[in-house]
Amino acid sequence: MKYIVCLKQTPDTTELPKITPEQALAGNEGATLVLNPWDEYAVEEGIRLKERFGGETVALSMGPESVDQALRSALAMGCDRAVRLWDAIFEGSDYWSTALILARGIEKDGGADIIVTGKMSVDGNAAAVAHGIACKLGVTLLTQVAKVVEVANGTITVERLLDEGRETVTAPLPAVISVVKEINEPRYPTFIRIRKASRAPIPVLSAADLGLSPEDVGQQAARVRWVNLVKPEPKQRQVVIIEGESPEEKARKLLDYLIEVEKVL
Amino acid sequence: MTVIVWIDHRRGHVQPASWEALGKARTLAEGPVVAVVMGHSVDNVAEAAIHYGADRVYLYDDAVYADFRFEPYVIALQDVVEAERPSLLLFPGTTRGRDLSAAFACRAELGLAPDAQDVRMVDGKVHAERPVYSGNMIATVVIETTPAVVSLRPRSAPMPEPDTTRQGDIMRKGALVSEEEVPTKVTGFEQTEAGEVSLTDARIIVSGGRGVKGPEGFEPLRELARVLGAAVGASRAAVDAGWIPYKHQVGQTGKTVRPDVYIACGISGAIQHQAGMRESKVIVAINKDPDAPIFQIADYGIVDDLFKIVPALTEEAKKRLGKG
Repeated sequence: MKYIVCLKQTPDTTELPKITPEQALAGNEGATLVLNPWDEYAVEEGIRLKERFGGETVALSMGPESVDQALRSALAMGCDRAVRLWDAIFEGSDYWSTALILARGIEKDGGADIIVTGKMSVDGNAAAVAHGIACKLGVTLLTQVAKVVEVANGTITVERLLDEGRETVTAPLPAVISVVKEINEPRYPTFIRIRKASRAPIPVLSAADLGLSPEDVGQQAARVRWVNLVKPEPKQRQVVIIEGESPEEKARKLLDYLIEVEKVL
Repeated sequence: MTVIVWIDHRRGHVQPASWEALGKARTLAEGPVVAVVMGHSVDNVAEAAIHYGADRVYLYDDAVYADFRFEPYVIALQDVVEAERPSLLLFPGTTRGRDLSAAFACRAELGLAPDAQDVRMVDGKVHAERPVYSGNMIATVVIETTPAVVSLRPRSAPMPEPDTTRQGDIMRKGALVSEEEVPTKVTGFEQTEAGEVSLTDARIIVSGGRGVKGPEGFEPLRELARVLGAAVGASRAAVDAGWIPYKHQVGQTGKTVRPDVYIACGISGAIQHQAGMRESKVIVAINKDPDAPIFQIADYGIVDDLFKIVPALTEEAKKRLGKG
């Protein structure tokens, strides 16, 4: 069995509020770069799959050299190998070009039985690349996966989280599974694994290696253009502190405001 | 220019954000607004779509559409897009809406703007505003393809008033694929916490943070929520401490909500939490600490023990709102 985890390197979430639009557009966010938190759950699930069903787990990512750090985090958690995909012409790729690049990377590595992704990235927030990968590879797509129940006889059975409840679904392999946080608790890397990961060779595949040309990927192939990026302007509010002799009095006054003045209750 | 709106429902129960998307489509379309409904025996949904503003409805009605699955739903979308040649395909930004819009847009090689909080037509092109960097920035994007595909964040467009006298055509379509041709099989479903108000659709939210001190601390908040008909939210601190499940988390790495009232109890108001709730119409903060940052973004504040204030609010609300 072979599992490929597609992951992204993103800014540390505690630093997201201080990134400016100018920095973001310049591609130089000045923030610490980490393994996308949503993808930690994917890496963990990829490792659990091999622990349960046997086989090999490979970490795959698209990006420049800094991305090796995120791949090494995945190796330190327990992935067997890591591969990076990068070329100058990949810069500015939209969701479907990114998916194409990752799909080609998966095919170049010999394919996979299960491709695992996180739900979205903390910077892009699209929750679309997993759908693109399944589309480009022509394989089963399973999203909102909260549990892998079984992998057997060329099929996978999962529990999916719907807005209304939990659904059990069975589908044929190969499959892309986009996982949600409820699926597991990502493990901490061991010291030995961190050390081993820091020395692991990470091959890099270029556009030529993947059979991709400028028409397929990058800025000019993008189907969506960014024309503006701003910090949101929150509504200016002036707090009214409600005083009173007792909790009951304060509660009464608050409800007076909410019912009579704001008319929201 | 025609706008197609996909209606999200499960077994005939429609996600309210679908009607918001239909209302939005009406403000954008200079031509017809076409609703698409897929399911089994869901005529009620198709009729409601007319009442909420669709000029006509394509109803794909067959057992093969009974449960949401990518394969038959994408094929049905291809069918209606082929027939109507829209400029815009609009989806509610619900879980299924976001999933289907992405799967379809890739298959059809179309530009996608997910989780948009506004959509406009500018010189014949679709412009969308969407939060990025976990809500810390807003990107304006232009979609270069026709049609464009957009999913609209719940509660970012107003809920239209249904007009039950409204007339429109319902075009019935059968299965475009057989069950044998659909590899994915749904084998079970378990409803969780029936009757719970959905956070992203909620008009009123009662939310708890570190000040709630433990899982039992959420009980008075749940009671207030029950009386108000509100959803229950939580800060990351409360979720990470294991006091309440992750699905209640409001904030940068949780849900973004836009209720009419957000009552923050024992929540300090870190920037990451603010990112998830600062668009609320009215923000109420209840916190023992007068220096808590939440008071800087609140409309009303009570500096006091939430365990005294919340039960008092519940009692008062029972009297005033006639709910027991």
